[in-house]
Amino acid sequence: MYRVMGAPAVVWYLLFLAAPLIVLLVVSLGRRSPNGGYQPGLTLEQYGQLGTRWTAFANTVELGLVGTVVCLMVAYPMAYVLATRGGRYKTILLALVVVPFWTSLLIRTYAWVFLLGNSGIPALLRDLGIAEGVRLLNTPFAVVLGIVYNYLPLMILPIFVSLDRIDQGIRQASKDLGAGPARTFLRITLPLSAPGIISGVLLVFVPVLGEYLIPVLLGGGQIYFLGNALADLFFQSRNWPFGAAVATAFIALVMVLIGFYRKAASRLAPGTEQEGML
Amino acid sequence: MDRLLRGYGAAVYLFLFVPIAVVVVFSFNAGEHVAELTGFSLRWYVEAWTNPFIVEAFRTSITVALTSATISMFLGTAAALAMPSAPRRLRRTFDVMVNTALVVPGIVLGISLLIFIVTATNWLNSWIAYLVPSSDLRLGLGFASLVAAHSVFGTALVTILVRTRLASMDLRVIEASADLYAPPLRTVCTVTLPLLAPAIFAGFLLAFTFSFDDFIIAFFTRGRAETLPIYLFASIRRGVSPVVNATASSLLAMTVTCLAVAAVVFWRRGSNRTEKGIP
Repeated sequence: MYRVMGAPAVVWYLLFLAAPLIVLLVVSLGRRSPNGGYQPGLTLEQYGQLGTRWTAFANTVELGLVGTVVCLMVAYPMAYVLATRGGRYKTILLALVVVPFWTSLLIRTYAWVFLLGNSGIPALLRDLGIAEGVRLLNTPFAVVLGIVYNYLPLMILPIFVSLDRIDQGIRQASKDLGAGPARTFLRITLPLSAPGIISGVLLVFVPVLGEYLIPVLLGGGQIYFLGNALADLFFQSRNWPFGAAVATAFIALVMVLIGFYRKAASRLAPGTEQEGML
Repeated sequence: MDRLLRGYGAAVYLFLFVPIAVVVVFSFNAGEHVAELTGFSLRWYVEAWTNPFIVEAFRTSITVALTSATISMFLGTAAALAMPSAPRRLRRTFDVMVNTALVVPGIVLGISLLIFIVTATNWLNSWIAYLVPSSDLRLGLGFASLVAAHSVFGTALVTILVRTRLASMDLRVIEASADLYAPPLRTVCTVTLPLLAPAIFAGFLLAFTFSFDDFIIAFFTRGRAETLPIYLFASIRRGVSPVVNATASSLLAMTVTCLAVAAVVFWRRGSNRTEKGIP
């Protein structure tokens, strides 16, 4: 009787997840019909044009990487504080980190549009006589800030989990054997938290690659991401096959990244590769 | 060192919460001008919630979120219960699909559903026109496609939560029920489901929150339907305004309430039950 109960979910997923992804692949092999939309075909033409979106791709990877690295540098000490100084409030403190992540991405990004916009921090700096005519919104800085702000919890969480799991006895042993705090950190704590770091980097970098709101609202059209390219292809130029090809290439990239992550994780800490994915 | 670390922790909390708090504070601002705090007032809330476009978008958002969360709740719970005893290959396939739904960025889910639903409905429409020439029924993107799109992610969420609870539950209770000659359906209704209720409810609320807040999937699959995030996005692009602050703060209040309820239900009721679980 249990068996039958799984059927609706499986059918639902075949219909609204598997079938759409297959159709995406099929459309990416087709041609653009003259009035926009899709004309059946079996060609790699669309993939040949991927180079024309190179700037968007390079922008995304470049700013995405910068954002992810800054995120890691902000998150690691935070995860460390939570794991080592959290005490009995650990769970609550951790929950406080996660709460912003569950609120709307749109609103969190808007908060920075509000703060960085002309009547926000630039006006404050002017009124305090510190700096005149500072422009913060619609710059690469704003986009990186948006990435760090929005994805910080996703980086803190897995690093916290791996730090929290380290047996305090090992650290104590290291100290007893004469290693200073710096040495203990570099030789014990950091290597043991590597799976968390890899998890966090992946959890942040993958969604950032598909980001649309942050570059649009904080980059103001000056900074063009893959997400913007995709939205334009579907809504402005209505070039479905090419849009589908870009999306398919994007999925391929994500899968390669995840494969790489699994490999690295299983080498660093066998048996833990599934953890921290949510 | 210790004080430095604690200070750093406090700074990160400020970084996380101050921007949101600023939006909320300015939503109560009395003044016309966005940047100057002049006094307390609810006028922007009144203005926001008497705007017919906002009210209509809110209604759409709530309906979509309730429908997709309900579907997710049923599908996810049933799947989490069924999968442990399902054939290995089916279980593997399902796991891959759940993980895909969670990992693939929303923009890709949105685009693939957009193409799929437009293609499928065009095909269905041509059949309808052929079979019933007099009918002017036309299928397309809209409410239904939004619900379908959101339930893909929601089902994955519910499945994971229920599965986690199931794994930490004492399965001997279920065996005991069977040993006492309860038919399988009765065991499910009187033993399994009540024990899983906190996880199911938390899953429902999280799926609801996800759908209610989602922008990117809705952006591609909405057709002409307008949800609140879609409306808000358009107003933000027109510029910062006190009305946007008030609308955003109302949305925040709703999300935070849902999260708090989900957390309380999941942790409080859950931990009471599992403490008596596997030793």
